[in-house]
Amino acid sequence: MQFPILSFIVFTPIVAALVIFLIPEDRKDEVRVAALAASAFALILSIWVYFAYDIQVGGYQFVEQVSWIPALGISYKVGLDGMNAPLVLLTGVVMFTGVLISWGIDDRPREFFTFLFILATGVFGVFVSLDLFMLFFFYEIAVFPMYLLIAIWGWKETREYAAMKLTLYLFVGSVIALVGALAMYFTAGLGTFDMLELEKAGFSREFQILWFPFVFIGFGVLGGIFPFHNWSPDGHVAAPTAVSMFHAGVLMKLGAFAALRVGLMLMPEGAKFHMSWIILLTLVNVVYGAFIASVQTDFKYVIGFSSVSHMGLVLMGFATLTREGLIGSGIQMFSHGVMTALFFAVVGMVYDRAHTREIPKLGGFRKVMPMVAIAFIIGGLVSMGMPGFSGFIAEFPIFMGVWKSYPMIAIIAAISIVITASYIIRVVGRVFYGKMPEEFEGHVHDVTVLDKIALVFLSFILIALGVFPGWMVPLVESGVSTILRLLGGA
Amino acid sequence: MDGSVFNMTMFLAILPELWIFALASVVLVLDLTLPKEQHRVLGWVTAVGLLLGMGISLIIGMPSDQPQFVWGDLIRFDQLGFVFSLLFMFGAAMTALFSSNLEKLGQRGDYYVLMLVSTLGMCLMASAADVIMLYLAIETTSIPLYVLAGFYKEDEKSTEAGFKYLLFGAMTSAIMLFGFSYLFGIAGTTNLYELVNRVTQNQLSPYLLYGVLAFILVGFAFKISAFPFHFWAPDVYAGAPTPITGFLSTASKAAGFAVLVRVLWIGFVEIQPYWVYILTGVSIATMTIGNLLALAQKDIKRLLAYSSIAHAGYALIGFVAVSELGATSVIFYLIVYLLTNLAAFGTVAVFEKKSGSSDIASFAGLSRRSPWLAMMMLVAFLSLAGMPPFGGFVIKFAVFAAAVQRGLIGLAVIGVLNSIVGLYYYLTVLKVIYLYRSEEEHIAVPIPQASLLALAVLCIGVIFVGVIAAPWFDIATLGARGLW
Repeated sequence: MQFPILSFIVFTPIVAALVIFLIPEDRKDEVRVAALAASAFALILSIWVYFAYDIQVGGYQFVEQVSWIPALGISYKVGLDGMNAPLVLLTGVVMFTGVLISWGIDDRPREFFTFLFILATGVFGVFVSLDLFMLFFFYEIAVFPMYLLIAIWGWKETREYAAMKLTLYLFVGSVIALVGALAMYFTAGLGTFDMLELEKAGFSREFQILWFPFVFIGFGVLGGIFPFHNWSPDGHVAAPTAVSMFHAGVLMKLGAFAALRVGLMLMPEGAKFHMSWIILLTLVNVVYGAFIASVQTDFKYVIGFSSVSHMGLVLMGFATLTREGLIGSGIQMFSHGVMTALFFAVVGMVYDRAHTREIPKLGGFRKVMPMVAIAFIIGGLVSMGMPGFSGFIAEFPIFMGVWKSYPMIAIIAAISIVITASYIIRVVGRVFYGKMPEEFEGHVHDVTVLDKIALVFLSFILIALGVFPGWMVPLVESGVSTILRLLGGA
Repeated sequence: MDGSVFNMTMFLAILPELWIFALASVVLVLDLTLPKEQHRVLGWVTAVGLLLGMGISLIIGMPSDQPQFVWGDLIRFDQLGFVFSLLFMFGAAMTALFSSNLEKLGQRGDYYVLMLVSTLGMCLMASAADVIMLYLAIETTSIPLYVLAGFYKEDEKSTEAGFKYLLFGAMTSAIMLFGFSYLFGIAGTTNLYELVNRVTQNQLSPYLLYGVLAFILVGFAFKISAFPFHFWAPDVYAGAPTPITGFLSTASKAAGFAVLVRVLWIGFVEIQPYWVYILTGVSIATMTIGNLLALAQKDIKRLLAYSSIAHAGYALIGFVAVSELGATSVIFYLIVYLLTNLAAFGTVAVFEKKSGSSDIASFAGLSRRSPWLAMMMLVAFLSLAGMPPFGGFVIKFAVFAAAVQRGLIGLAVIGVLNSIVGLYYYLTVLKVIYLYRSEEEHIAVPIPQASLLALAVLCIGVIFVGVIAAPWFDIATLGARGLW
């Protein structure tokens, strides 16, 4: 038997959470060091597994299977393919940088890292699950720590409201999808929750058409699909920095990915039937999200709505059901995850020092924190889809895919790029350039070394993918070919 | 099926009952002989005794795959009864541990004796195959519980709880007994397994059975606090001593379900569509009302009371999906629910002892006062809400799966929507614990040893079921198969 690397990745965070909770409360530094060590370990494992995946062989690799409730055909089954490998890597990256950025948390850091790591286990688990039950199991593990993380450590003004709103939205989405999953299980009559088996179950067209919206929209809630995106900006804004990073960077991908895995891949006929109207929803996401972002005065809300817009692109790529669109979405999930983590890290750093996020009240931060400014500009260029950055590698194929099937939609969606450019440039100009208000002179200082490491690391990934896409595109392509096979070469 | 000759099986069949009886006698003697200051030990004796009893039953008292009727067909020695007996003994043991450090409660021998007698009654309820036995068992269970609910004689709320419980209990049990008498009148038998044959042989009118069943269901609905006989629960739960509330809401409710399963699935199998129809409605009403009223509660014991009403509704979802998976899911539900809810009431009891209040608001700052107690409450409440990796998730999944399997998708969807409401109020409590500050933050909340042990066992159990569900699921399946 091979080394169970995926299980190590999934369970490292939760074991670390237990260990951290056993450290006495007042030893805050030891808590932080333990958290950093665990996240570094998970990161190294996820980098390793990412590059160890053999594209030539393709399919699911590093598969592990342990029977869980044999009577119901539930097993713990995990595996890696071209679609989820980048997401596992993304989670490792965001978790590691999130710990670096949370170093300054002083109110019960032990509980903070415990909950954050439980969340991380849930996220890793969803990405690698090949069993439908396990996917839900991990999915809901990822939901509840979110509530506490936002409610306890979040922004005082809105945290209680936003945390509850977010949790209920996500829970509603997941349980609706759960009913769909149960229907699949019993209709298939195979007595197994193994998704690779269910793929072959051959559900009737009527069944797929009936249930596909439940599953796709149910999970799509977490992916921020319009009109159920409302929890996301509120949640992002209320959350503490590391949690916003996790949230926008990884959790929203969880929804998109599960919608792909359970909705699209298990019910391809349903997908073909419904995608023509779902793509309109995603179009609203893309354009409307960008518009709303451009009129926000709160720095964090700008980024929050930009996530809605960018996640719309991911879902739009899915909805095209084309090779190009799916490849673009696969890369966009990774690219947007890193980019938005970078954005939220920057917002957090500015807010921690200025104690305000109102864009008109800020200015001239380039002088005191030059690296933060550079990092934000890099993120901004990614966000606009500038060639040479990862955003281009991701968005270009999506637009190609959309053009192939719905040229009108591609044209309308392209407007969002212009709007994105406008709000990014506005933020860069107002926050980092211009004159610094007097109240900040002498009070605002540069960020810590750990913060800088995190920023450099995230920026590096964005550029590396933009300049040299060869380390991700073929991998995602191999994953997409599996999906296309299920779609019958559509 | 000759009950006149004594044989070994007959005694093995009631081994848990015999053991509990002996244990009750020991506790009574110790109560009289031990000096007052050593009465703390009584709780431990009860708990250890019950756990020992479970061990012994497991070793020598396992029923075979072939169920046997013993004691003149009054009792059926099968796995269903066995699984439930173990469950009740475990629940009583944990309750004894929670009680042992409460002065006015846990240091009195009569308290434990009453609890043990009630447990004995529950064990009989789960294995009774005859309505006469059943009725006696229900009364043996209930009467000590009336006394226990009103055990704090000086406390008005407790007395009120005891009295209310008694009045409601007496009334519903009278109606149920009336139903039993009709049953004998029309079918000429009191045996549940015989009843089925009589119904088919004599071609009894289903309308008579409908009427009889309506009377009987009144008593059962009271035991499981299902709509419309749930009104007693909040007042009784709030007034009764907290460990007893835990016991009432778990073991006593599980016993009610054990009876319900046997009487309806075996005795009234011929008119299944009728009671499925009724109980589907009851299930929907019970969980919806429980959850909605829980939203408005300010007192944690009342909140848990309504939550426990709602959980009876969820368990009924599995019940009306009449199938092996349905039976398994109900038993599985009750096992895990017992662990979870006992943990919830255990944490409340610990906190209440220190603060003297069960207001939800008084829990503010608990995570700073006692991080471990807060974490245990988190485990218990999230499990009640049905979140993984806790047992609550697996059991919710099981009952919904049972419903979807039978095509009851509407019912599953209503259950799912209800669990969203549930999540809201459980999270509200956790928010108070973790987020709100209080002026008493610096005062730690110590967890007494006995409670700590019980809470640790329960919380680890809840996580264990959530993470490694298969063995527990198999136990539930075993119990379910024992039914037929």
